[in-house]
Order: sequence, then C-alpha cells, then structure tokens
Amino acid sequence: MIEHTQTDVRFPEETLKQVREIISRYPEGRQKSAILPILHLAQNEWNWLSAPVMDYVATLLDIQPIEVYEVATFYTMFNLEPVGKYVLEVCRTGPCCLRGAEQLIEHIENKFGIQVGQTSPDGMFTLKTVECLAACGGAPCLQVRLKREGGIHKYYENLTPEKVDGLVEKEWV
Amino acid sequence: MAIKILTEHINKPGIETFEVYRQHGGYAAVEKALKKMTPDEVVEEVKKSGLRGRGGAGFPAGMKWGFLAKPEGKPRYLVCNADESEPGTFKDRHLMAHSPHTLIEGMIVASYALGAKTSYIYVRGEMLYVIRILEKAIAEAYAKGFLGKNILGTDYSLDLYVHPGGGAYICGEETALLESLEGKRGNPRNKPPFPAVSGLYNCPTVVNNVETIAAVSWIINNGGEEYAKVGVGRSTGTKLISACGNINKPGVYEIELGVPVEEFIYSDEYCGGIAGGKKLKAVVAGGSSVPVLPANLITKTASGENRLMTYESLSDGGFATGTMLGSGGFIVFDEDQCIVRNTWNFSRFYHHESCGQCSPCREGTGWMEKVLHRIEYGHGHAHDIDLLVDVARKIEGNTICPLGDAAAWPVGSAIRHFRDEFEWHIRHPHEATRKGAVYRKEAVLV
Repeated sequence: MIEHTQTDVRFPEETLKQVREIISRYPEGRQKSAILPILHLAQNEWNWLSAPVMDYVATLLDIQPIEVYEVATFYTMFNLEPVGKYVLEVCRTGPCCLRGAEQLIEHIENKFGIQVGQTSPDGMFTLKTVECLAACGGAPCLQVRLKREGGIHKYYENLTPEKVDGLVEKEWV
Repeated sequence: MAIKILTEHINKPGIETFEVYRQHGGYAAVEKALKKMTPDEVVEEVKKSGLRGRGGAGFPAGMKWGFLAKPEGKPRYLVCNADESEPGTFKDRHLMAHSPHTLIEGMIVASYALGAKTSYIYVRGEMLYVIRILEKAIAEAYAKGFLGKNILGTDYSLDLYVHPGGGAYICGEETALLESLEGKRGNPRNKPPFPAVSGLYNCPTVVNNVETIAAVSWIINNGGEEYAKVGVGRSTGTKLISACGNINKPGVYEIELGVPVEEFIYSDEYCGGIAGGKKLKAVVAGGSSVPVLPANLITKTASGENRLMTYESLSDGGFATGTMLGSGGFIVFDEDQCIVRNTWNFSRFYHHESCGQCSPCREGTGWMEKVLHRIEYGHGHAHDIDLLVDVARKIEGNTICPLGDAAAWPVGSAIRHFRDEFEWHIRHPHEATRKGAVYRKEAVLV
C-alpha cells in the first residue's frame, strides 16, 4: 500500500514557518498533536502521502515514522497512493442516497469509464466514495480538494448528473 | 415568532465579522462573565438553565462542568467537539460557517468558567473552509482583546486554537477525539477515568458540542432561569434540528423544544411536508444512530398522544415504540424508500467507521453489513432476520464506546418496525430486486 517513489522531500520555507506555528499551539513535549494539521499540509503539497513524505513529517515532529504511518492509515482523508489532479469524493451515506447519490456515482463512473477508487486515464480525476460529509441538507453532495485555494475541500451540493458535467467542463480544469 | 437563541442574527449580512457581531450584542456575555461573575457563578447559571449536551447524549452540561477535577498545578482544558459526522447532522457546520463568533464567544465564557487557559475546537478535517472562517474570527477576537493575555484588562488569559481532524466518524466520541487531538489514532479510551479527571494530556478536560457551548452566551446574558423557561420540562431551551431526506425544505431549523413532530414535518415554517406530495414512511429523528420509527409512531406515541420534539417525548415508549432526539439529525423517508436498503447503507457506514478495537463491533458490524447486503440483493435466507437481531444484540453494550450501540440500534429498530419488509425481500427476491420496486404497507404510511 505504501509506495516509495519520492525523494528529496522538503516543505518550502513558507510552509515550514506554518509548521512551526502549528507546533506552538500545543504544550511543550506534545508536538505530536500537530500530526494531523501537518499531514494535511503535506497532502496539499504532494497530493498524496508517500513513505518518504511520512518519514519527513516524523522528523519535523521528532517522532518515530511508525507513529505517522499508523495515523495516516487510520484517517480516511489521506491518500496513500497517487491520485488524480482532482479527487471527487462523493457521499454515499443514507441521506444522500435518499436524494440520488447512487445515480450520481454511477454517472461519474460511466463518464470517465472508471470505478470507485480508480483514476481516469488522463490522470485528471480520481473517484472516491466517502461517508457522510455533514451536508445532508444539500444532498447529494461531493467534495473536492482545490490546491489552487490552499487545499480547501470545496463542497458541491444539490448535485445532478448535469451539474457534474458542467463542473467537469468549467471548474475542475 | 418563536424565540431564537442561537440563530437570531445568523442571516444578518456580515455577521461573520467581529464588528457586525458586536453591533448585534455579541461578546456582551464575555464582558459580563469576566468582569461581574466568578467562574463558579457562571457554572451555576448553566446548571440552572438545564442546558443538555447537544451532541447526542443529552447529558446536563452544568453537571458535566461540575465534575471537572481541579488538582493543583495541572492545567485544565476545554475542547469543543466540532467533529460533526453523524449521518443526517449538519447543524454545527451551519452555525460555525455563518456565525463563527457565536461559538468563539461561548468558548471564552465556558473556558473562564472551567479555568481553562488553553482551549481547542476540534473540527472535522473535511470542513477546512469552516476552519478558515473560525481562524479568521479568532484572529479578530485576539486583535480586539477578547482572546490572549489579560482579556478586557482582567486577570484572565486564554489561547484558543482550531484543530483539524483527518476523516473518522469515531473521533466524535469524546475520548477518541482526545486521542486524535494528541496525535494518535482515534481509538476510544476505557472509562473511567472520565475526561473530567484525566482527559487531554492526562489533565482534567471538558468536551462539549458546538451547539452546547454556543448556548452559554445567551444563558449568561439572560440568566439560567430565563433559559429554563424556554422549552418543555427537562427539555429546556432551543435545539438546532438539521432536516434532510425527502422533504420540501431541507435545512437547519432552530426550534423551541416542544414543537409537535407533526408540525415540524408538515409546517411551512420547517420541513414543509413530504416532497412531491408523497406519503411519509419513516423518520430517523436524531441522527443515523437512533432507532427508525414508522410514520404512525413518529407523529403519535403508542398511547396516542402527540409526539413532541423533546428528549422525553421522542423516547416515550422506550425502544419498543420510541426513539431519541439524539443530535437533531432529522432524516425523512417517503413511501418510495426501501428500509432494507437504507439499513444496509447505515450498516456499511458503521462497519466502515468502526475503529476495530472491540471484537463485537469490528466483526459484528461487518456481519450485519454482509447479511443485509444479501437480503437487499435477493440472496437472503429465512433465518437471516433472526441472525441480524442476534448479532445486533451481541454488539450492543459490549463495546468500549457507544459506536457499537449506534450500529446495533438502526438494525434492531428496522426489523422491529419493518420486519414484513425484510421478509418480503427474502420471500420474493425477484420482485424485490426489480428496479424501483418498493414494499408498501399502508398501515404505517401517513
């Protein structure tokens, strides 16, 4: 599952400043608390968490690499293998399914000729299903991490297959 | 016009900024608490208010605060649980995204009451945009002297930070959340010790839901007794209900506890009735974990009384004929929805989210998902229904944290109230798996 493909892993100076600020939020000796925020920064920098990236995070926090691995593999937001430019994370939980999530997932699968978990041949889109995104009032919904907006996961709500087609053409390019 | 305690100003333009929030009376509770009240007096007001934890359990907030140990030389922490992940629940996201200062003001007052010098808001990682909104608002509060050293010139100092999760439903359980905040996997801890004695970094800690903390400012401004006048009996105050599913107006509604369920579903002020003029089939009233009820039992109790949106009324009849208010995630099913399919969907959710520590939950959730899947897809056996009941019973009460119960209840209740629908799937697999086929039992439709 964990691949060793990246070398020379290092945050830009600006991000390192952010890392130091994040660590300062926790009491002395409790720098391990910063692991999730820093893994988010790492994922936004490299798109996925390779073993070298996780090892690098361990050095930043002065903890053992295994402590990073066990966290990165527990939380579902972290990609442990390469993904497409845009990862479409479609909610598959009950409330969204009451309003057409299953049809939406099927539409995206057919559109790109891929199945859940796979990446489109052009490397643009990875389709994932996720559990409840706390947006049931705007069901069905999906989220996409936008690197250009600092790694914010943007929520797209009240979706239809047509709306997804429009987003593929205009928003996720 | 019903009273709005949390959302009165939520639609005012610019309410997410300090200036506008302040113009509408914001931060008055911080001034009052820090300058005119002792921490114990703040705790006392919250006790008087009868405010109950809004995350789902409904435990009295003042009492929880009262349990906080205060050993010499150890810091105490307040942690806000904003890891909103319970299917059907999206009220905290709504409140934080639109009016972040409502939460921040409550955090300052509550931290003062508990003697916390550092507090954290643990927000689920998916809501990074909400984290940005909160961080911006926190920076404003620092700049205006409401956070940091010697707040408003008093002796009280507080640092407030936002901490992102990483995508794990289990971290909504308070001890799993603390593990996660310490940088570990979100495995719930054995209790005791309770967080009030040994929580974050082994220090005394209170963990409260967003909505609970947000209500504190109003209580301080108006008094606990005034708050207790709102609502019915032991269900005091207002509650944010996030309504979703097959209704005309999905969204977040602040209701005074005590609104009749029927009014909540059909009134234009709230859900606006069932979408497409269809009939109501079932409701999951408090997030996916609480028992599902058929239409006839959600609007009336078994004894024929009108059911109200209160902790007590919704649980009237116990699990035999009642449910729970839970987190306020109100999921409505119309007559075209399949209970078996939804139960399978929820089981898949709990299987996916089980942390894996306790065997009954780790294994049992997977078994339930598999058995429900085969029933839904036309491969069920006659004994599968009893098997599901058996597995659910063996998970319930046999795990470290309540996720096991939460996984067992939807299955147990679906079979209790819709057993004939499960039997129909097993007896008529060809018909049941036909696209769009739905079992209808007129008696439970309203």
